Amino acid sequence: MSTPLDLSTTLGNAWFPSPLFTASGCASSGKELAQFISLKDIGAVVTKSVMNKPRHGRPTPRMAETPSGMLNSIGLQGPGIDAFLANDVPWLLAQGSRVIVSIAGETVDEYSVLARKLRAVSGISAIEVNISCPNVESRGQVFATDCDTASRVIDGVRKVIGGEIPILAKLTPDVTNIVDIAKSVVDAGADGVALINTVLGMVINLDTMKPHLGGKTGGLSGPAIRPISVRAIYQVHEALPKLPILGMGGVSSGRDALELILAGASGISVGTASFGNPSAIASIQKELVTLLAQRGFTSFQQAVGYAHRS
Amino acid sequence: MSTINKAATQVDATIIANKRIGAYHQIILSVGEAVRHCRPGNFIAIQVGGDSSRMVLRRAFAISRTSETAQFGGTVELIVAPHGSGSRWLCAQSEGVEVNVVTPLGKAFGIPVEPANALLIGGGYGSAPLFGLADVLKSRGCKVDMILGASNGSKIYAPMEGKRSVNSLKIFTEDGSMGESGRVTSQLSQIVAERDIEIIYSCGPMAMLKAITEIADQLGVMHQASVEESMACGIGICMTCVLPVKDEDGAISMLRSCIDGPVMDGSKVCWDLVGKSTESF
Repeated sequence: MSTPLDLSTTLGNAWFPSPLFTASGCASSGKELAQFISLKDIGAVVTKSVMNKPRHGRPTPRMAETPSGMLNSIGLQGPGIDAFLANDVPWLLAQGSRVIVSIAGETVDEYSVLARKLRAVSGISAIEVNISCPNVESRGQVFATDCDTASRVIDGVRKVIGGEIPILAKLTPDVTNIVDIAKSVVDAGADGVALINTVLGMVINLDTMKPHLGGKTGGLSGPAIRPISVRAIYQVHEALPKLPILGMGGVSSGRDALELILAGASGISVGTASFGNPSAIASIQKELVTLLAQRGFTSFQQAVGYAHRS
Repeated sequence: MSTINKAATQVDATIIANKRIGAYHQIILSVGEAVRHCRPGNFIAIQVGGDSSRMVLRRAFAISRTSETAQFGGTVELIVAPHGSGSRWLCAQSEGVEVNVVTPLGKAFGIPVEPANALLIGGGYGSAPLFGLADVLKSRGCKVDMILGASNGSKIYAPMEGKRSVNSLKIFTEDGSMGESGRVTSQLSQIVAERDIEIIYSCGPMAMLKAITEIADQLGVMHQASVEESMACGIGICMTCVLPVKDEDGAISMLRSCIDGPVMDGSKVCWDLVGKSTESF
């Protein structure tokens, strides 16, 4: 008789029964997916990056399908942190779901304000600090393209949060050296990193002969970017082997998830795959268990970073 | 539990029939018990391209009609225009092929509680959900008139059997190749007055819905419009299919046409702001 495979994982001091998570911006606040998957049976719901004030986001068109992927240009539409904390977090916790709240700000101060509001709420497992959303008015706001601005945001959040809740810094692959950025956010107090945000892209509409998206540029996601994600996770895990990594980027099957895990991810977020298949996370979780068992792993943790072992 | 998508199920559906009708394909899918929750105005999201597809997103189609038979169980009928890569793939599939579907999705047309005089207006394949709606309205004692329009006659979808619930049908084509020359709005004011129309239901391109809204607002007639906005997910998680919509206090929000629509109160949609910067809201 075989014992069931231990799927549990940790990110900093937060424990999760499964390493499969939603991806921020790809599950809203969970309510929409609850009809298709059991939210308490996945690792956690990572909620859509929320800002301090309500925000309308960018004009339409906001989406373009591309080969094995898509571009989105939402621009952080959302209800603002107060409405989010009043409505969405209590609902998720009532479902028995674990919650990772993703926050985004226009300024270093806004992140600290958001952190202060989160500190007052109990039940949150971790905070994802999104310093890499590409769909903002100015690329200068992509804090994660620069070690200094990236660490200033994380430092501000860390000072507010103290040691209670793990902080994950969400990074962009659109940089020359992602390891340098990862080191700077760790020095500033991040407990882990979320790799990777979407890759900046553009589609030109051949009818109008102009950029198709209302915001002109958009974030590329889906299987098209998976190799970029695997590379980024591999590089960061190699340089910082003890650093927890929440991996994401084009995962749509158990084999895709395992690839990121072998590269060094301690958790996997599923994003675009849920758009095409609302029950994707549940199927990926099932497939992953089979794949791990077939390779002789008795726990998920044994597989993390396996690609680096000699 | 959540109240969003609460009627929806994800199932593998078999293609029972796939017939070309003019510029469109009539596709019938066996969806089982899900059919019992489908209402006129709901839509279905279909995975396209097969297992090794490079198309990662589902395609959303309005449900035209539903039925339940002993032979096929619950079935839904779709009218598909083979325009893009996904719809072309679907139209090329033979009977017997299985596709993964999520249905029913979206907000359905509201049905008047008292019998009313209803006018149904469809543009191109936008007429598809209106025939199922006509059946329901007629069964509730409503008088149903219909106007269909398209650029030319091959793009008019008006099946013989679909007309049985319709009191009158007027067709307009821009090139005059079928019915009268003109657009669905050409004689709209007169028709509303003559037939004492109390509610308008519409489905079709955005420009048509906007033009109908202007006339309906002038005449003070209720208008439920089923919008077409491109969607990545169809279930409310991607935030791409949004439209600027006013609430009771006049405040504008970007609402998702998949879960807050596709049927919306035409007079509440800010048609002029679609595609415009949201900073002015």
